[in-house]
Amino acid sequence: MGVPPPGLPPCAEGAGSCSGTLEAVDLSLGADLDGFRAAARRLAGRRVPPERVLWSIGEAPGLFGTPTPSPDDEAPLSLPRGVGAMVARVVLHRDPERYALLYELIWRSLHGERRLLEVSSDPLVHRLERMAKAIARDLHKMHAFLRFRRVEAREPERFVAWFEPDHHILGAAAPFFVERFRSLHWTILTPEASARWDGTRLTYGPPGRREDAPAQDGFEAGWRDYYESTFNPARTNLSAMRAEMPKKYWRNMPETAAIPGLVRQAAARTGAMIEREPQMPVKRNPARAVAAMADQAPDSLEALNAIIRRSEPLVPGATQAVLGEGPVGATIAFVGEQPGDQEDRQGRPFVGPAGQLLSRALEEAGIARGEAYLTNAVKHFKFEERGKRRIHQKPTAGEVSHYRWWLDRELDFVAPRLVVALGATAVLALTGKQIPITRARGPAQFEKPYAGFITVHPSYLLRLPDEAKAEAYAAFVADLRRVHDLGRSLAA
Amino acid sequence: MDEMFAKKLRILADAAKYDASCSSSGAPKRTAGKGELGSTTGAGICHAYTPDGRCISLLKILLTNYCLFDCAYCVNRRSSNVQRAKFSVEEVVTLTVEFYKRNYIEGLFLSSGIIKSPDHTMELLTRVAKSLRRDHGFRGYIHLKSIPEASPWLIEEAGLYADRLSINVELPTEASLERLAPEKDGAVIQHAIAQIGERIVEAKAEKRRFSPAGQSTQVIVGADATTDEALIRKSALLYGSYNLKRVYYSAFSPIPDGSTILPLTSPPLQREHRLYQGDWLLRYYAFTPDDVADATEDGMLSLDIDPKLAWALKHRHRFPVDVNAADREALLRVPGLGARAVDKIIRARRHTRLRLDDVARLTSALKRARPFLIAADYHPAGGLTDRLDLRARLADPPQQLSLF
Repeated sequence: MGVPPPGLPPCAEGAGSCSGTLEAVDLSLGADLDGFRAAARRLAGRRVPPERVLWSIGEAPGLFGTPTPSPDDEAPLSLPRGVGAMVARVVLHRDPERYALLYELIWRSLHGERRLLEVSSDPLVHRLERMAKAIARDLHKMHAFLRFRRVEAREPERFVAWFEPDHHILGAAAPFFVERFRSLHWTILTPEASARWDGTRLTYGPPGRREDAPAQDGFEAGWRDYYESTFNPARTNLSAMRAEMPKKYWRNMPETAAIPGLVRQAAARTGAMIEREPQMPVKRNPARAVAAMADQAPDSLEALNAIIRRSEPLVPGATQAVLGEGPVGATIAFVGEQPGDQEDRQGRPFVGPAGQLLSRALEEAGIARGEAYLTNAVKHFKFEERGKRRIHQKPTAGEVSHYRWWLDRELDFVAPRLVVALGATAVLALTGKQIPITRARGPAQFEKPYAGFITVHPSYLLRLPDEAKAEAYAAFVADLRRVHDLGRSLAA
Repeated sequence: MDEMFAKKLRILADAAKYDASCSSSGAPKRTAGKGELGSTTGAGICHAYTPDGRCISLLKILLTNYCLFDCAYCVNRRSSNVQRAKFSVEEVVTLTVEFYKRNYIEGLFLSSGIIKSPDHTMELLTRVAKSLRRDHGFRGYIHLKSIPEASPWLIEEAGLYADRLSINVELPTEASLERLAPEKDGAVIQHAIAQIGERIVEAKAEKRRFSPAGQSTQVIVGADATTDEALIRKSALLYGSYNLKRVYYSAFSPIPDGSTILPLTSPPLQREHRLYQGDWLLRYYAFTPDDVADATEDGMLSLDIDPKLAWALKHRHRFPVDVNAADREALLRVPGLGARAVDKIIRARRHTRLRLDDVARLTSALKRARPFLIAADYHPAGGLTDRLDLRARLADPPQQLSLF
């Protein structure tokens, strides 16, 4: 018997049962976390040292993963960080000594060694860590090696698995399967208990038997084919396989039936590969196909548009891609930001309020809209839903650069003399740089085969307060007149 | 599964197995919502091991092993006489979902030979991923092998659905690529890797979904004369400048119907193992590429001792290191002490002075570590680190891990 720590009475005052005699604690079968917690509270509260406790495991089956509020009225223990988690882990171990070891951990943590768990070199901590590791491994292997078989002719699909874990882990392992197979109905049978998921609720029941699971599954042969085919005989390494997939698991894994055959033939297969004379290729002179392969870029605006139309928006939500509009060979091309709500519905650029404003300004500046090419830097509408309204969201720099590939090719096909960037996003798309409009407004050089011009986006005008609108609109029209003149001089 | 389908599966799994990567790690933790199937766990799960000791985590198959390219090291090159097959998009989707429901796999690793054009092939790969996500509410892991020659927007679309994208460097030097893979262009590969890297960084900053588990690549070891040092330097570049998550080293393996310009034998698997150890030193042990180079002899890592030990034997003046006083960086250099053991030492020594017995409980490789450390009750007597036979005493017995 150990000596109680100095300065502490061996037991609480008046607790007659503890002086000199052994305290017996009987817990249920399996992982009796609640029983252990109640006992530990009672014992620690009365300062019963570990060496005076005799832990035994009775016949009553424990609960699996469904902790019930314990009826004890002992005050909860205030344990240092990590101790509670270690207890919850190690009670799952099948070692009958686990409760004694855990109580010793609690006792020492409460009596002068609050940071005991940090001392991995301590023999007790070392042993508990190894037990916790064994539990983690058992859980991991159950998640990995359990195989479901489908119960034939049942809708919704129902799956059953038989598995034999080393420790009392069914309750700890089941949530993983819920999170993964939420839409299926399944049962996991073990020799200790079973777990069942009906699509909404997880319940635990009595032990199962191997025969309670279906004897086969329609995809097992295919799985075994896959297992055999993915094996590389030139790299046979049986000890590495056994270290990670010990033999005890094999009997419940359908693919392992292939192992003896694979191992037997491995040497011969490798030898045959090495010894075989290289052969002339029997057929296939794909010169034309190889040449065609290099030439896959879209060769017309229509081909490019077909690709854009098929593409997925970078941010989900848009109804459709909005393509550019206007004649190939137009003198002037206008590049906006991205389609808005109306554009997204109609599938055409510049048809919403900002587009209507642009049309009016173009007309005042003497530019025929139908003769210009209009497009956007980004081809999909990005928005945030607020009630029934879809509120436009500015595209990010990353999104703009994603769409740049297309804009560049689009403008190559249209081949305008002058490209007008409407707003900062268009400037970013055309130059790759963030440039403030106020500073760069007017003729610009985009380092492209066409002349450039920078002005505001018409939606900017819509957002201005009424008193500023007229002046800003006039400046916009004045910009467009310069564009018109520039376009005429370039076309001449 | 009918026989035709099963036969295609055998051909296309066999054709995919030379890609070393199988990991299902790095994806953000996801769980299935109502009506959805699948989850990701962060570290990934190995669902089975084949007799080569390698893990099966993902269903690793090719969409097709028809290919227009003629890369000498590849079993699927157009001049090879292997059997050919092609899956439809729907077949791959069905196989993935049904295998997944039975808990055989973590998800899909899909690659393909190039048919018709790189763009066409890339579109098919993306369609598989899209269908899994959209039509089947699939939340498991998807790794797509990108086709570097495909148009940029197609590679980018793939990133919307895949957890990881990868492009294989395959051969570490331009000269080898030219000799063994005449239709491949190193610059195109490098550019595509850079492009994916850029998009990943951008999307992360903008909180968009794009290949959240990052990008990986594979280099073939032993098909050309590249040294270990050159390989490690190449990896350091890929990790540093291109932000790659993993570089896989694949010891060149004899393939059915091999090409005449390949070496006749495979390099020892031990070489691949040592390269992975060197790679870990870069990523987790604060070794610079120069440090790893320093552990080589004429550019090659020793087969009989690990690179950390090799480095320590060349720098004996840096040892022994006191486990009760040394900083983390110095402890990480001690052979036999892993990063986790070092962290445990640092945590435990705040509360106690560590003796040799204590250290023995923190590492499983005390024999290797012992000559290089000092504990409260232990000092390597007579300067054990100066003993000339130290290397021989610590080396692995020869021939371990070679074939059979």
